[in-house]
Amino acid sequence: MLLYQRIIRRIMGKQSPVPLLVNGRRSDGRLPDEHRPVRMEVGVINNAEGSALVAYGNTVILAAVYGPREVPQKHLELPDKAILRVRYHMTPFSTSEGRKSPTPSRREIEISKVIRTALEPAVILERFPRTTIDVYIEVLQADGSTRVTGITAASLALADAGIPMRDLLVGVSIGKVLSTIVVDLNQLEDQYGEGDMPFAIMYGHGLITLMQADGEWLPNEISQSVELAFKAAERIYNMQKDVLKSKYAEPSVSLMT
Amino acid sequence: MLSVTQEKGVIPKLKQEVMKKMIEQGVRIDNRGLNDYRALSIRVGVVRTADGSSLVSLGNTKVMAGVKVEVGKPFEDTPDEGALIVNLEIAPTASPDVEPGPPDENAIEVARVVDRAIRHSGFLDFKSLSIVTGKHAWFLWVDVYVLNHDGNLVDASTITAVAALMNTTLPKVELDPAGNILRIDRSSRSPLSLNMDKLPLTITHVKIGNFLLVDPMREEEDLSDGAYITGVAGGSIVAIQKVTGAFTKDEVNYMVSNSINQYIKLRESIINSMRNPPTDLQL
Repeated sequence: MLLYQRIIRRIMGKQSPVPLLVNGRRSDGRLPDEHRPVRMEVGVINNAEGSALVAYGNTVILAAVYGPREVPQKHLELPDKAILRVRYHMTPFSTSEGRKSPTPSRREIEISKVIRTALEPAVILERFPRTTIDVYIEVLQADGSTRVTGITAASLALADAGIPMRDLLVGVSIGKVLSTIVVDLNQLEDQYGEGDMPFAIMYGHGLITLMQADGEWLPNEISQSVELAFKAAERIYNMQKDVLKSKYAEPSVSLMT
Repeated sequence: MLSVTQEKGVIPKLKQEVMKKMIEQGVRIDNRGLNDYRALSIRVGVVRTADGSSLVSLGNTKVMAGVKVEVGKPFEDTPDEGALIVNLEIAPTASPDVEPGPPDENAIEVARVVDRAIRHSGFLDFKSLSIVTGKHAWFLWVDVYVLNHDGNLVDASTITAVAALMNTTLPKVELDPAGNILRIDRSSRSPLSLNMDKLPLTITHVKIGNFLLVDPMREEEDLSDGAYITGVAGGSIVAIQKVTGAFTKDEVNYMVSNSINQYIKLRESIINSMRNPPTDLQL
């Protein structure tokens, strides 16, 4: 009974085993608007059309893209555009608690859906009618903010696959910890904080394609969170561009020699 | 489980153009303004076999909810609290394109948004569901059934779930001195402990062209470029879900503040219609 609720139960607002905020510093020593170190690499999976490994601190996510390719279930294909098929999945060893069952939970099903609708506005699906573009996101190590790290990885993998896009997507999470708005939640803050607000941002277009929230928020805290999310997204957006450029710029240089 | 791009319902080109032209003039095809909800009707206590129930019509969208209460063992990290479990199914009666089967990603998403809005609102006192700390607590199973789908399932489902909880009563539990349950007396009941100032509701907006509309009908959802849900309780936002599309910062700020205004009106009409006496089950 209640299996899906027991796996990832949030005990929001409850006493954390370690203080979440002391003298303006968070449990891992960061300032409220400080993002964990971001690491990204593209082309990590040989067989995939495109792939990326992205880490936000100890959260490590792999994304791989296959396609555009034929839709296995013919009835799903669309005459005017490609479909996106997205799966967000946590590996059984990725959580700090016990083993997570590999069968998709209701949480993972919902996250797969919100990631798909976050990617759809960015990908130019009209370019490949009657095909599918498959995006597989595997959480390898979870320490909070997994869906937004997954979005940053998926966006890089799509770009690495050469799929035409309107913009890159950056995932950023905002949270509320002891009434303070913070960026990039870790596991502890996610579990014991007062609220959590993940974003996907098409930074170059100024558009929000994923936004969720739970916990309790005042209206002005929401506009504050949106601003903070855009601020954090800018840096990651520039990193994404640099990583892609450094992979694809090199060969043209070597042709000159 | 893959999430797959969904085909939108087909609306004839001519009708699309009419809908868009009317919206530009501030009117919708059912003669509502852009910021108006459809007629809302709520009846509670419609199912005798449930511990609480409700039937809600929002325009032609019809949703029913039944609450069953069970005694369970509290979770280890919350030994003095009960639990709330929201499940939702879009019944195959709801529209020609619904296939019978386990809840798909759309139903799961609606259920989880409704669940979050109620859970984080402070409406339900989870501690009041405790019977014996660490041993026994009430588990509230809220099963929401969409019977007819004409858009805005989330707002309709939240209203239905909330109304069913307002109608729910807990049986009396008799304990021995050691805290073991001797008897559950289903004939002697008391209502749930609810904070009506924190009554949770969701407000759904859709974007059509440059316009934001509340309470979309199904055709408006199919025509829309994006959908965004805000959960409100009192003066706070307790849930957000961007469902489809892309929104600017300004649009988000407008929808958040408009949701707070819509909430006040909607909450009042819900409290008024809760005064209706329990009725027999009639659709």
